[in-house]
Amino acid sequence: MGVKLLLEKAHVENIRLYDVYRREGGYRSVEKALKTLSPDQVTEEVKKSGLRGRGGAGFPAGMKWSFLAKPEGVPRYLVCNADESEPGTFKDRYLMEFIPHLLIEGLIVSSYALGSSRTYIYIRGEYAWIVDILEQAIAEAKNNGWLGKNILGTGFDCEIYVQRGAGAYICGEETALLESLEGKRGNPRIKPPFPAVKGLYGCPTVVNNVETLAAVVPIINMGGEEYAKIGVGRSTGTKLISACGNINKPGVYEIDMTISVEEFIYSDEYCGGIRNGKRLKACIPGGSSVPILPANLLLKTAKGETRYMNYESLSDGGFATGSMMGSGGFIVLDEDQCVVKNTYTLARFYRHESCGQCSPCREGTGWMEKILLSIENGKGKMSDIDLLWDIQRKIEGNTICPLGDAAAWPVAAAIRHFRDEFEWHVLNPDKCLTENYGLRHYADPIHVPVA
Amino acid sequence: MAEEKKLFKVTIDNITIEVEPGTSILNAARKIGGDVVPPAMCYYSKLKDSGGKCRTCLVRVAAGSTADPRPMPKLVASCRTNVMDGMIVENITSPAVQEARKGVVEFLLINHPLDCPICDQAGECHLQDLSYEHGAESTRYEFNRRTFKKHDLGPYIQLHMTRCILCYRCVFTADQVTNKRVHGVLDRGDHSEIATYIEKNLNNDFIGNVIDVCPVGALTDKTFRFKNRVWFTKPVDAHRNCDKCCGEVQLWMRGDEVFRVTARKDEYGEIKDSSKGSTGWICNECRFEKKNASDWVIEGLSNISRHSVISQGKYPGLVKPNETVVEVMNGHAPRLMMNIHSVSEVNKPEIELSKIAGPAHSSDFNSNNA
Ligand SMILES: Cc1cc2nc3c(=O)[nH]c(=O)nc-3n(C[C@H](O)[C@H](O)[C@H](O)COP(=O)(O)O)c2cc1C
Ligand code: SF4
Ligand code: SF4
Ligand code: FES
Repeated sequence: MGVKLLLEKAHVENIRLYDVYRREGGYRSVEKALKTLSPDQVTEEVKKSGLRGRGGAGFPAGMKWSFLAKPEGVPRYLVCNADESEPGTFKDRYLMEFIPHLLIEGLIVSSYALGSSRTYIYIRGEYAWIVDILEQAIAEAKNNGWLGKNILGTGFDCEIYVQRGAGAYICGEETALLESLEGKRGNPRIKPPFPAVKGLYGCPTVVNNVETLAAVVPIINMGGEEYAKIGVGRSTGTKLISACGNINKPGVYEIDMTISVEEFIYSDEYCGGIRNGKRLKACIPGGSSVPILPANLLLKTAKGETRYMNYESLSDGGFATGSMMGSGGFIVLDEDQCVVKNTYTLARFYRHESCGQCSPCREGTGWMEKILLSIENGKGKMSDIDLLWDIQRKIEGNTICPLGDAAAWPVAAAIRHFRDEFEWHVLNPDKCLTENYGLRHYADPIHVPVA
Repeated sequence: MAEEKKLFKVTIDNITIEVEPGTSILNAARKIGGDVVPPAMCYYSKLKDSGGKCRTCLVRVAAGSTADPRPMPKLVASCRTNVMDGMIVENITSPAVQEARKGVVEFLLINHPLDCPICDQAGECHLQDLSYEHGAESTRYEFNRRTFKKHDLGPYIQLHMTRCILCYRCVFTADQVTNKRVHGVLDRGDHSEIATYIEKNLNNDFIGNVIDVCPVGALTDKTFRFKNRVWFTKPVDAHRNCDKCCGEVQLWMRGDEVFRVTARKDEYGEIKDSSKGSTGWICNECRFEKKNASDWVIEGLSNISRHSVISQGKYPGLVKPNETVVEVMNGHAPRLMMNIHSVSEVNKPEIELSKIAGPAHSSDFNSNNA
């Protein structure tokens, strides 16, 4: 049984309510931080913890905090990114829905460290009911003196506001989020300037994911160094994984990043194996934007080593043979799934969610979607596969925000690893409408050349 | 001792130039001029916050600065990236840039209707120029192109969204030049559209300028629609006393008839500064209501680049001389022809070349240039 830091108390009855949460040791980190640590010392603890952003990019949180500009007389903001719209990712929802006070607690400590007296939670519009849960938690925290003016007599003031988005994936990109929060159209901004210098209303701003900010609570409680001892290498602490697809036990799991991918999929503690006794074909291990891997490369790296559920191991081999931890949306495909169809579904998503500002993403995502649909429907040509490859290459790296890359990577990875399945669709225009390509060689052991 | 302003040295395609800190790579390249200037479809120097969107101006930064000479990991939008001292930039010298730009042009064209034969913008369309210079000859796109309904934005302006490249210039114009913005982008992605919420009239005095900033034929002048091809009309500079705007315009004429009135543009197709120094935006009255030559004081023929199709057909009495170059060169076509006239301004400005019967003679040129 791995260490649990975030979901340890998730199953305590009524943990959603303040009294229960407090009785279980909640809000200790606020007391500790505000009474015994300076804001910079809190940041120092987060740095020591090695905590990496849980929103997708994995940027070290402490480092991000220390980049925050602190000009005299200018307010600073902390914004919590709860837009969680990446297909396959639903961990923040679980956290906010079941232990909202953990997030509020983390937000108060983080606001103190960053000097943010007005802190915002920007939440995905479809999470309408969670807004009520959060607002109730905020009201309870305020009634008990954890928010408002002069918190714990330290002179620190803080209010937390919840803002609902209007249903756009792009508003999860941090600068689009800030635009939207300011009441504008959610177009990503051109960087630089970065939010740390010019963010919300032109003021220095830190944007962090829900899980990142919740993890600040155990970090302060146990100390950054202790936290860093959990996990391996630069993958410290625990990570929430939302697992879905053809597995026996879909759900949100907290792992300490020391377990192997194989254990995560097959052990009863986690996914409980592939449903209906089927075989594993492929997996998108970190949310829809990260490269898909065939079973053989998922469980073992190209070097033949066991692949683990952590940042370094999942990305071992780069994009050629590896993937990414991403936002922790773990999507499992069994032998009956069609990679072409799956790729089409993702391409359709990105086409629909592009903000449309820059030409490669606006036009390229739609083009890829159309080609994928025709291949899926048995109307594709061999040259379409190369064309797809060329289109994704011309989008990647040439856009304003990473959504362009996120749209390109799944297509690139699918062609890289499953090219024969695409070709089979082209060569069997009728059969591909009624049959599946199946598992084929995708789970076969990969020949590892001896060094 | 007055403190001397420190200038930044930047090298673009092996040409080094000194510019003030805060200058973008694109504007530094414009200072050099010629082929090293990246094409810009969305950036507009007169509009704050414009640029960064179309991605045609991508360049490679081979060295960030003298202090940090590392190359930048991705191509950058030259219109929104400022130079650093010692920066080395590659535009036409980088195959990666050429490749990416070709990709961008292709993306801009896949959903474009290519209806140039019936488009009023043809001849002065930046997308046409861009695709001639950087595009491929054929398309790899085999699907239906996106279409939108045409909209009238008030009595003077027509929006043909199907042609729009979403450069946002008109949005910035509506935002910055008119005092109340009722014009913006609705929806997102490939279904985004320029709109005036619920077909609202655009009746601000300065809204007509959106026509001038639009690089394509998405926003056109309804008073000129289908009246003429721009290359059959003759642009002249003219002015009038106007209490709303600078009154300095370009008239597009045929004989004595004024077909169209626009602001005056520079070599990058941007509205020039007026003689008073500020951007020469013109008001709707000057643009749409003053269609008689007698409304205007005509200053003379506008300077149009010889390479523009608009300079064609301006010489009614012209007798085309025989092409002798090929003959002289033993059957080889000329490799390079240089146009010295637009640079040297050798002809006398008071002589209207279009009125001369036949080729110009020595008496038509400035004697001190000879
Ligand atoms: C298209 C797009 C969508 C994103 N959506 C989310 C999101 O829903 N939630 C999130 O936390 N981060 C999202 N991100 C990442 C954010 O831009 C940002 O990196 C993150 O919120 C930083 O928090 P962290 O450092 O704590 O991970 C998205 C990024 C992109 C490009
Ligand atoms: S990459 Fe796509 S989503 Fe991002 S700014 Fe450009 S068009 Fe918008
Ligand atoms: S209508 Fe013209 S100016 Fe406006 S965004 Fe489209 S192309 Fe640009
Ligand atoms: S001109 Fe620079 S991105 Fe459009």
